[in-house]
Amino acid sequence: MKIQSLKDLKKISQAYEKQIYAPEGIKVNIGMASCGIAAGAQAAMDKALETYRDNKNVEICQTGCIGFCEQEPLVEILAVNKPRVLYQNITEDKIIDAIEGYMAGEFNKNKKSILGQLRDPRSLLDDDIENPLDGVEPIDDIPFMEDIPFYSAQVKVAMRNCGYIDPDCIEEYFAKKGYIAFLEALKKNKPAEVIETVKASGLRGRGGGGFPAGIKWATCAKHHGDRYIICNADEGDPGAYMDRSILEGDPHSVLEGMLIAALGIGSSQGYLYVRNEYPLAVKRLVTAIKQAEAYGLLGKNIAGTDFSFKINISTGAGAFVCGESTALMASLEGKVGRPRAKYVHTVEKGFRESPTNLNNVETYANVPAILLKGADWYTGMGTEHSKGTKVFSLVGKINNTGLVEVPMGISLRDIIYDIGGGIPKKKNFKAVQTGGPSGGCIPEQFLDLSVDFDELAKVGSIMGSGGMIVMDQDTCMVDVARYFVDFLRDESCGQCNPCREGLKQMLDILTDICDGNGKKGDIEFLEEIGAMMQKFSLCGLGTSAPNPVLTSILFFRDEYEAHIRDKKCSAGVCKPLFHYEIDPDACNGCTLCAKKCPQNAVAGKKKEPHVIDQENCIKCGICYEKCKFDAIKIC
Amino acid sequence: MSEAAMMEKVDAVDIDYMELDDIIEKDFGQDKENLIMILQAIQRRYNYLPPPALNYLSTKIGIPMSQIYGVATFYSTFSLEPRGRNIISICLGTACHVRGGARVNDKLEELLNISDGQTTDDKRFTLESVRCIGCCSLGPVVKINEDMHGRIGSDEIEKVLDQYE
Repeated sequence: MKIQSLKDLKKISQAYEKQIYAPEGIKVNIGMASCGIAAGAQAAMDKALETYRDNKNVEICQTGCIGFCEQEPLVEILAVNKPRVLYQNITEDKIIDAIEGYMAGEFNKNKKSILGQLRDPRSLLDDDIENPLDGVEPIDDIPFMEDIPFYSAQVKVAMRNCGYIDPDCIEEYFAKKGYIAFLEALKKNKPAEVIETVKASGLRGRGGGGFPAGIKWATCAKHHGDRYIICNADEGDPGAYMDRSILEGDPHSVLEGMLIAALGIGSSQGYLYVRNEYPLAVKRLVTAIKQAEAYGLLGKNIAGTDFSFKINISTGAGAFVCGESTALMASLEGKVGRPRAKYVHTVEKGFRESPTNLNNVETYANVPAILLKGADWYTGMGTEHSKGTKVFSLVGKINNTGLVEVPMGISLRDIIYDIGGGIPKKKNFKAVQTGGPSGGCIPEQFLDLSVDFDELAKVGSIMGSGGMIVMDQDTCMVDVARYFVDFLRDESCGQCNPCREGLKQMLDILTDICDGNGKKGDIEFLEEIGAMMQKFSLCGLGTSAPNPVLTSILFFRDEYEAHIRDKKCSAGVCKPLFHYEIDPDACNGCTLCAKKCPQNAVAGKKKEPHVIDQENCIKCGICYEKCKFDAIKIC
Repeated sequence: MSEAAMMEKVDAVDIDYMELDDIIEKDFGQDKENLIMILQAIQRRYNYLPPPALNYLSTKIGIPMSQIYGVATFYSTFSLEPRGRNIISICLGTACHVRGGARVNDKLEELLNISDGQTTDDKRFTLESVRCIGCCSLGPVVKINEDMHGRIGSDEIEKVLDQYE
């Protein structure tokens, strides 16, 4: 059926509202994003499907990322007039117990597997309907999800549907007010108004640069020619995976965002450039596009108007630099992905030398919500110059790893300690790295910094695409700087001298420092090379490449000096610069380290302090990781 | 490997040119802009990019071999040499790095006696490092073919390898 009007859309969505909120029997939603599957969600799903094959009362469904990655696989169970319960760590062996327990109304038995119960499952777009959980008796002694620190500070805009709908079912997206923003704008047929709303919302590009999306759209619309709409889904920053989660959990929100952009700017062709490492995202997008085409929401003469728009998917082939807009466009043309100097902006001459508007996944996903709720609503969140919310991936040495969407302006401390639950094993916080390889390392003294585009820039870092990698006392800052430079040297396209040669020289110096061959003057030389690269590199990759080195020198100079002068790596990472010793007072002779040592380099009798044979020790760190009594010391 | 050396290399793989035609024409409309996706399709079919297939592609869609070679060597997913039966992708993204991914990598290199990008002599494994597969919460992560192995320690990796023939 082709949708011709809002009325058609509402007719379908009402039927599916029931499926989402008030299913016939018991509904089991399994979080089936890539990370859920990696943690065992597929096996759990197979098991449940097989067990309840003949039971019509139990419906096993898939959904996207539920966000709390640390506790994957996550499973939510619901039924009419019953509480909605979220279960954690539900692997194959636990899923049947969870479902049976829910059906029997026994929640005490598998309390450990329960993360919480929901107070309100509606998203910010469909809160005009009655809360389906009103009047439902909550379960005693089980916390509400909305009160759990990981969730309480979150406001889901871009990720509003992730974990609530089946990403392969367009009708469920309809039921969450999907495609209404687009259809309303289409019927109104005032493209300039669309752009004005996005402009007024203050939405800034979520891919890294933070350029105001509305201004970009307006400039692109001014230039003549076959205009193109591109979605940058080449999420290359290591440690950032919100775009993957949105694509896997709610692909239609991105398609709708692109449709709205096409309508505003005046374009009939869009491209989604997706990273090759994200096969599941591609699969779900292919399904989503087919479904939207079947309903006549993509293709020729959409909803009976003369507006036509087609979206093609193109997959990357493993080049970080292709996240840069001009390189991405070259790659889309089937060429080597080398950036070009932007004397002429891509909004004027981009893909195929035509006016091109490029935004990233998260930016587009925000757009339908902005149109539905209005620019004023959006500007009500965030800081003066950074409006709305931002998704961060909280990873590294942190207790609650996961994706969190919070209003701009929240402090780093709130994100890391309240939402993230602090550092594991009571270790000390050292730094948080934001912005990927182009970002910087922020030390403890700036933890109260409010997170937005401009504040992060003030301490030498960037927002980037929202990766937040937390580092503790066991992370060596010189090694981290070397890691990023090594990464960028691999990924530099090699076109311009400052980037190609600068990174190579930086890597050589940093490797020397980590190997214990650092010399006096190395730090100053690194600073000099960095300043040169910032000034003279051709594209954003080169100009921002020295950031990790420069910020780590700025805030952790003493660590660099300890490496060079004292030949010491106090974090225990740079192998030539430390050794392990066993503290005889702390060691109780449990023999675990001796058993685990691959070199048999630990000797000692049971219940007596052990000793490491330094000759044989390869500093693999297994004993340090395994010791439960903190007896292995880095010296 | 120089381009000349690549051309001269005798290839053991039989290329089915009819099938290649199908990929180039039917799936990708013989369109130069689809070069990267055509190369991906060829690699999916042969597990690497056999030079005769690239030569044929060059003539067929009218892109000079130098340009195809440029693209094939620029992007890290392409391989011009036959790869192993099992592809190990060790994630060296930042989150995996700070959680000890490098140690797992060292162990893999030691066990298989190969380094990044190389294939074991018996063609059982190819080791490739990747920068972030987006499963940061499970780091360190090793992906073997399509299977994801998360939260893996350097002392556990040997057992995982045993599962693959």
